[in-house]
Amino acid sequence: MTAAHPAPLHAWIDGIGLICPGLPSWQEGRAVLAGETDYQLAASVLPVPSILPPAERRRASRIVKLSLAIGFEAVANAAADASQLMTVFSSSSGDGQNCDALCEALASDDRQVSPTRFTNSVHNTAAGFWGIAAGATPASQVLCAYDGSFGAGLLEAMALVAQHQAPVLLFAYEAEYSGALHLARPLPDAAGIALLLQAQPTAHSLARIAVSLGDDADAQATRLAIPALETLRTAIPALRGLPLLAAIACQNPATVLLDYLSPLQLQLDVQPC
Amino acid sequence: MSPRFSPICLTQYTATTCLGLGKAPLRAALAEGRSGLAPCAFETVQLATWVGAVEGVDAAALPAHLAAYNCRNNRLALLGLEADGFGDAVRAAIARYGKRRIGVFLATSTSGILETEIAYRHRDPQSGALPGDYRYAETHNTYSVAAFTRDYFGLEGPTVVVSTACSSSAKVFASAQRMLACGLIDAAVVGGIDSLCLTTLYGFNSLELLSDQPCRPYDAERKGISLGEGAAFALLERDNASQPDASVWLLGYGESSDAYHMSAPHPEGRGAQAAMQAALAMAGVTADAVDYINLHGTATPSNDAAEGHAVAAVVGKRVPCSSTKGATGHTLGAAGAVEAIISALAIEDGLMPGSCHTGELDPSIAIDYVLSPRQARLRRVLSNSFGFGGSNCSLLLGVLP
Repeated sequence: MTAAHPAPLHAWIDGIGLICPGLPSWQEGRAVLAGETDYQLAASVLPVPSILPPAERRRASRIVKLSLAIGFEAVANAAADASQLMTVFSSSSGDGQNCDALCEALASDDRQVSPTRFTNSVHNTAAGFWGIAAGATPASQVLCAYDGSFGAGLLEAMALVAQHQAPVLLFAYEAEYSGALHLARPLPDAAGIALLLQAQPTAHSLARIAVSLGDDADAQATRLAIPALETLRTAIPALRGLPLLAAIACQNPATVLLDYLSPLQLQLDVQPC
Repeated sequence: MSPRFSPICLTQYTATTCLGLGKAPLRAALAEGRSGLAPCAFETVQLATWVGAVEGVDAAALPAHLAAYNCRNNRLALLGLEADGFGDAVRAAIARYGKRRIGVFLATSTSGILETEIAYRHRDPQSGALPGDYRYAETHNTYSVAAFTRDYFGLEGPTVVVSTACSSSAKVFASAQRMLACGLIDAAVVGGIDSLCLTTLYGFNSLELLSDQPCRPYDAERKGISLGEGAAFALLERDNASQPDASVWLLGYGESSDAYHMSAPHPEGRGAQAAMQAALAMAGVTADAVDYINLHGTATPSNDAAEGHAVAAVVGKRVPCSSTKGATGHTLGAAGAVEAIISALAIEDGLMPGSCHTGELDPSIAIDYVLSPRQARLRRVLSNSFGFGGSNCSLLLGVLP
């Protein structure tokens, strides 16, 4: 049995990928979160993944476009080799529009479902497409913890970095439902954050983070200064990680509290490099 | 590079499948070579196929304060959790370690989507809304079964669902081991739960992967899978102090990605080979140390060919292997945990399961395939689980040297 308060898990963030409403990349997101440029709300823009072979490109749904874009942005910023990276994918809902279409078909008289829709209904669709696009054969974990999915993904990625002493690419991402499921789970848009975590600092390191479990049930997660982004933080599970990006953008040492699973939060000590 | 690894003890475990509630009927059926598959009479499904349905799922009643979680998947989880005294072992672990020091790592592929499939038939004709008593978070969401389990035991530690299709509940062992290793928890409830639903029945049918007969793993004439459902759990701890007679340990695991195709395995089982080799490397043993392999063996032409190729490349014909999916059906996200428990029972009982419904072996697959149950002293067993999206995981279970 170990101590009730184990040493924090630590890693260096070498690359960030970001797509959320009004913030089409980490470069633009960083400037907004640092207060250098104004935020303007706009629908998320999901680029066509030209890296995929034509057959897969045609089948690429919103969640695949989103994941590939944020993943490759983080890899490029870190000057890493995507094919060599272990990955962690964490999402509350997987491919929402696909799930709605599948349930719609199953409620119809003939119940004919498209094989592609069924294949893409697995929670690890984005991970599968990433493996094909990046040629990445290392371990890939795919998680869900509902609104705590960002925190669950970060914990898993930090534990992998600690165990393997090797880089890990974390994806936290959501693509909204359509139809009746959208009414039941009204995610407003697609959004995602990718983090390339390193076990040791490199020339590309942006910040060192140390992560521990906070268990003060009354503690409030760190909020975002921009009201529209603060609304998105609580509306899209993947964006529960935005306060970490804001701390990195501001380049000051900070303690950031992220929502995880009540009564736990994730406490992050952020030291810019 | 293989990371540092200390074996983790399965201090308690249980599995509920179409063969019955808990370990006793599973053990008996494996020893007798008996299958639990039957022609599909599930819900309103009209497909000529066989399934492994669990008896008594609809009669299982969730505690009143957890009624919002009511769905087939969580009822099945409840049945499984209270089999074999597993729930009591979790409650004893809570008394030992505290509710914040126990993690929950469960796997599912389709969660409670059956609730949504049925709710879609009853949408409001004007608004398109689902019925008012529909509960998305507690039933449909992939995390539902872990949230239910956490609340059922009153746990407050790290909790997550792993969902990598049919490798999911092998990979929960990996996630739990990592959290134990870095000191965030002292014990882990791991497991896999998947229940029958229209999505998988009609979905696999659309891919022409459903057999119209009981599935025949590694048979020359195999025609596809038979779907099953199941709930299997293990309590993982760093040692066996709480259960000195617990003798089965997680010795290593390997995870890999095919990076090849969304719904077809790499034809030579490239990722499967990497997963098996990584599990052996983590345990610090060679292929010759393995006494039996519980294969993924879904009975689709492509899976068994690819896996067979991979097994032949890693162990040749030196290690007896079989798939138990002819007995249980393919329990998808629960398969990794169901088969980890079958592997643990094989070690405890000294019995390699045979392969129900397999007749003429595929002559193109050069492995030592076990057709009928066979007694042998088993010290180390490899359990394979592979899934859509090219997700592969192999677990090495065994006794300590």
